[in-house]
Amino acid sequence: MASIEQIRLDFPVLDQQVNGSPLIYFDNAATTQKPKVVLEALNKYYSEDNANIHRGIHALAERATAAYELTRKKIQSFLHAESSDQIIFTSGTTASINLVAQTFGRANFEAGDKILVSNLEHHSNIVPWQMIALEKGAEVLVIPVLDSGVLDLDAYQKLLQENTVKLVAVNHVSNAIGTINPIQEMIALAHAHGAKILIDGAQSVAHMEMDVQRFDMDFFAFSAHKLFGPTGVGVLYGKRDLLESMPPYQGGGEMIKEVSFAGTTYNELPYKFEAGTPNIADVIAFSASFDYLNSLEKGWVEEQENALLNYATEQLGQIDGLKIIGTAPNKIAVISFLIEGTHPQDIGVLLDKFGIAIRTGHHCAQPLMQRFDIPGTCRASFSFYNTKEEIDRFVVCLKRVVTMLL
Amino acid sequence: MALSINDTQEELIEEFGLFEDWADKYEYLIDLGKKLPGLSDEFKTEENVIKGCQSRVWLHAFMQEGKLIFQADSEAVIVKGLISMLIRVLSEHTPSDIMKADLYFIDRIGMSQHLAQTRSNGLLSMVKQMKNYALAYSSQA
Repeated sequence: MASIEQIRLDFPVLDQQVNGSPLIYFDNAATTQKPKVVLEALNKYYSEDNANIHRGIHALAERATAAYELTRKKIQSFLHAESSDQIIFTSGTTASINLVAQTFGRANFEAGDKILVSNLEHHSNIVPWQMIALEKGAEVLVIPVLDSGVLDLDAYQKLLQENTVKLVAVNHVSNAIGTINPIQEMIALAHAHGAKILIDGAQSVAHMEMDVQRFDMDFFAFSAHKLFGPTGVGVLYGKRDLLESMPPYQGGGEMIKEVSFAGTTYNELPYKFEAGTPNIADVIAFSASFDYLNSLEKGWVEEQENALLNYATEQLGQIDGLKIIGTAPNKIAVISFLIEGTHPQDIGVLLDKFGIAIRTGHHCAQPLMQRFDIPGTCRASFSFYNTKEEIDRFVVCLKRVVTMLL
Repeated sequence: MALSINDTQEELIEEFGLFEDWADKYEYLIDLGKKLPGLSDEFKTEENVIKGCQSRVWLHAFMQEGKLIFQADSEAVIVKGLISMLIRVLSEHTPSDIMKADLYFIDRIGMSQHLAQTRSNGLLSMVKQMKNYALAYSSQA
């Protein structure tokens, strides 16, 4: 196993000065940094293999197609999915969720149906449901969150009771406060009441093992860029019968079997949902993310990140007036906090001057901020390439920032 | 006689020229923010909120003897400091002078990062809103 120093060398972006100080990147929940192998794969594709995929008969098209489909296989194996044709490429988690809303939702929702989302959701797992609900006369109901940032499972069960819920859409992990939701239990409950369930995995994929079959997931969505891959690539996994029964989403090339003015027939999975030339280069480069993750010792990422979370929680606890928002017992390495008498934006602006990147604001989860009656938070989110030394410097700088502000 | 818009900009550039590092600059800005009187609740209305800021910013404007007066407030103190400077430069001038103003001081004092087109920084929206008020009042005049 490589040392943390060696691992950091795999991520070129980490080695730089920002505003005269070494960069400390604690905004991993927004996007993760990319290992060299991903950058090299991107470069190699454009330098050696660039071609449009699936339809070409020449050598470059064949190489590009093979590489593109190899990524699909790697995702299948990463998710423990039944087959690779249940892996649909999109442009991101948001696009994956919209796809389900506009196809599954359009075909299945009826007036009076209920769609459940949780109070922890990112806007991208709220708004697509509101849009389709409005169109269909369905209703979006909310699973409440307790003060600790844990979902209220009793309330969830009550909401399911009448068996009028068609779909539950919840995140695996909260982007704003890091809560890990008990999805196994939530999935079982949804199924027991005849509802399908979509899991937004944007914030969980980088931190834990996934198994769509063991969890019996109906839909699972995530983005490559939060898993050390390029931006602009998303994934939707779905159960075969669901995907097959869903109407196509966007029309165009690739998604068709035969087109005539008398009528058009559609391609099979997964191409039915992949109209147009996809983001070939980034999908191919994403493949290298899995190679990189597989090169790390099994279990090490979780161990390292838990150690960072515990250490940071302990160290931040020593700052006067600091309150952590979201104290769920099961959390990923994300700490959302407020400091009495200060505004998150001021903290973020000043930490940036020390070369420290955190996120401030509502984290695209305004209903959650409303729930806690706060304008937003400061969010430090860690990845395995972060260190305790960085946390130490973060705490020292944060204290200095608070002194400046108060 | 009040200073012209550009005289005030020169004054600010000179003041910021005294600081040796960013920390001194921001401490001064924070101090300006704390000293800005702010707005009473009656003006902290939804109509006065400037969209596109990470913290809530309220801008209130009214005419007095042919001059446009600005008053503003924010939840974030650095933003308040930035507004305080904008008010010092633009308030109590005629709408036409405000519309014509080229706010070069922001760049010269090293605060142009706050003009960036990101959703977190509201300075650009503030300037735009102040100029919008000037435009609205100039057509009324």
